[in-house]
Amino acid sequence: MAGPGPSRGPADAAYAGLVRPLLLPTWVVIGILMVVPVALMAVYSFLTKEFRGGVEWDFTLAAYDQFFVTRGLFGDEPAQIEWTYITIFARSIWQAALATGLCLLIGFPTAWFIATRPARTRGVWLFLITIPYWVNLLIRTVSLKFLIRETGPLNESLMAIGLIDSPLPLVNTNLAVQLGLFYSYLPFMVLPIYAAVERYNFALSEAAADLYASRWATLREIVLPVVRPGIVAGMILVFVPSLGAFLAPDLLGGAKTFMIGSLIDEQFKGSQGNWPFGAAVSMILMSMVMVVLLAYARAQGRAGR
Amino acid sequence: MTAAVEIRRAVKRYGSVTALHRVDLSIADNEFFTLLGPSGCGKTTLLRMIAGFEDVTEGEIRLFGDDIARLEPNHRPVNTVFQHYALFPHMSVIDNVAFGLKMKGVDAATRRDRAGRMLEMVHLSAFADRSPAQLSGGQQQRVALARALAPDPKVLLLDEPLSALDLKLRQAMRVELKQLQEDTGITFIFVTHDQEEALTMSDRIAVMSEGRVQQVGTARDIYEAPVNRFVADFIGETNLLEVEVEAVAGGVATVALPGGHRLTCPSATSATGRHHLSIRPERLTLSQDADLTATVERVVYLGTDLQVIARLDGGTPFTLRLQNAARVAAPEPGARVGLHLEEGAARLLAD
Repeated sequence: MAGPGPSRGPADAAYAGLVRPLLLPTWVVIGILMVVPVALMAVYSFLTKEFRGGVEWDFTLAAYDQFFVTRGLFGDEPAQIEWTYITIFARSIWQAALATGLCLLIGFPTAWFIATRPARTRGVWLFLITIPYWVNLLIRTVSLKFLIRETGPLNESLMAIGLIDSPLPLVNTNLAVQLGLFYSYLPFMVLPIYAAVERYNFALSEAAADLYASRWATLREIVLPVVRPGIVAGMILVFVPSLGAFLAPDLLGGAKTFMIGSLIDEQFKGSQGNWPFGAAVSMILMSMVMVVLLAYARAQGRAGR
Repeated sequence: MTAAVEIRRAVKRYGSVTALHRVDLSIADNEFFTLLGPSGCGKTTLLRMIAGFEDVTEGEIRLFGDDIARLEPNHRPVNTVFQHYALFPHMSVIDNVAFGLKMKGVDAATRRDRAGRMLEMVHLSAFADRSPAQLSGGQQQRVALARALAPDPKVLLLDEPLSALDLKLRQAMRVELKQLQEDTGITFIFVTHDQEEALTMSDRIAVMSEGRVQQVGTARDIYEAPVNRFVADFIGETNLLEVEVEAVAGGVATVALPGGHRLTCPSATSATGRHHLSIRPERLTLSQDADLTATVERVVYLGTDLQVIARLDGGTPFTLRLQNAARVAAPEPGARVGLHLEEGAARLLAD
């Protein structure tokens, strides 16, 4: 219900001159932490690679050319599409999408459960969800590897109760990467959905039941559409970092689960690295994410009208 | 004839707290029936039990003969107008109205047609494609009404639907609701704490207090022949005087008024001893032929009426209402006046 805003009194005019100085810290933070690094990366992606890492100030499209085009092993064949990196991208998108789906499947009921507890116990549940985040992501990912390795507690206890005869080879599989991504980003799904469900008016569910909707129909027709902004926010918050993740694929996956994050990571390591190429891959990844987010923002804007 | 809704010995307990004590009610088909009482009296609990949102601890709820007490709400052919409307925010007005039909499996063309006619009935055809958030409170209220009526329920339940509206709108909606009930022929069960609402719309009213039905009757019954102190006090204004009952026989009591006069009046109790006498403030006249004498303390001008606040000789506060007619001279504060009770003005109450 948009009413006319409060009229601007003389006091507002006096403060108008202060707005810019007061916004200065914001601009400094955004400038230093966001604009400068991204600009640096953009510039680097157009520079020439120097041996033993680093760059030469020679502008070229070589990094992007390397990503999309191949001319054979010795560079003397006709130009063709280079599938290596596109495949890595496709695999990363698939892995991130799977992780997002898994987080949604587990995260929605979890968020629902927490949001429907009495107000005083909700805080405790939320606290429990966030506790693992006090520990560094690297440590947590390594611990996960210890948990699921062939001589780890998971396999040993499964064998002890006789469910399996030989240990399951979980490490270096897609499943392990999924588990890692799921474990890393679950709270990013739970928290926004929790916030949406907590605001949900349960009289709407009663109204739906009163109008002959079954429980399933109520969920599908009323609950999910109404809490959708929370679900979408959670999906974005899980999908985007999963797409660029490198710890989980690196530590839990193998050659077959190589993802974008690891590809970029490699380009900045030691003398084998290629800084312009790493920067170019980052730029391509970022533009993809931007396109998805802009499309979502536009869709939201249209729905909100 | 089978009652539209028959509630038999219905009990509702929350743990050790009893919200409803053995309620028995029979609501006729095509009746505008109101559950009236202060907050916490159990009226909303009872309505929610009929809708299916609350379990019935004991007893039966029959809808045209069928016991529905154990059915899920989506299997009960009754619909509800919620206090704060509970319109679906992500759907247009017409989709809201058509929702019940959609869940019942009615095809899209038929339900759009029927929803359209429902909106016409509540004068909102022009708003069909708006979102509920774009409507005023009164308009949302009408959408809620159209939505609940669209599936053609056997009984419509209304949970204080007018309480969120401002006074003028509330008064207009009362007339409209009553008209709608007569036009559709659907049984309405209306919950309110507002006695004026109850008195103006209802065919019959159940006055509730502390989880019990105190009295069931027409507006005239409960106003003019309240059975107990609670009903007399809750409905309208009244003066309650503690009096000595000298004799009761055949529903008529002889009581001694403070000041010595004797009075015979209808009685809701058969016991002698000390009881309360209810005297409606508008059933008194100023007269030399006085049943009671009082000293005027204040006169309040109310437009159509004058409210006279006085004190009886025994010290009991006492209020009367005089019509503001030209020929009536307003008494002055401090004046001693004689009060004459009209025929049927007083009634002896059970406690």
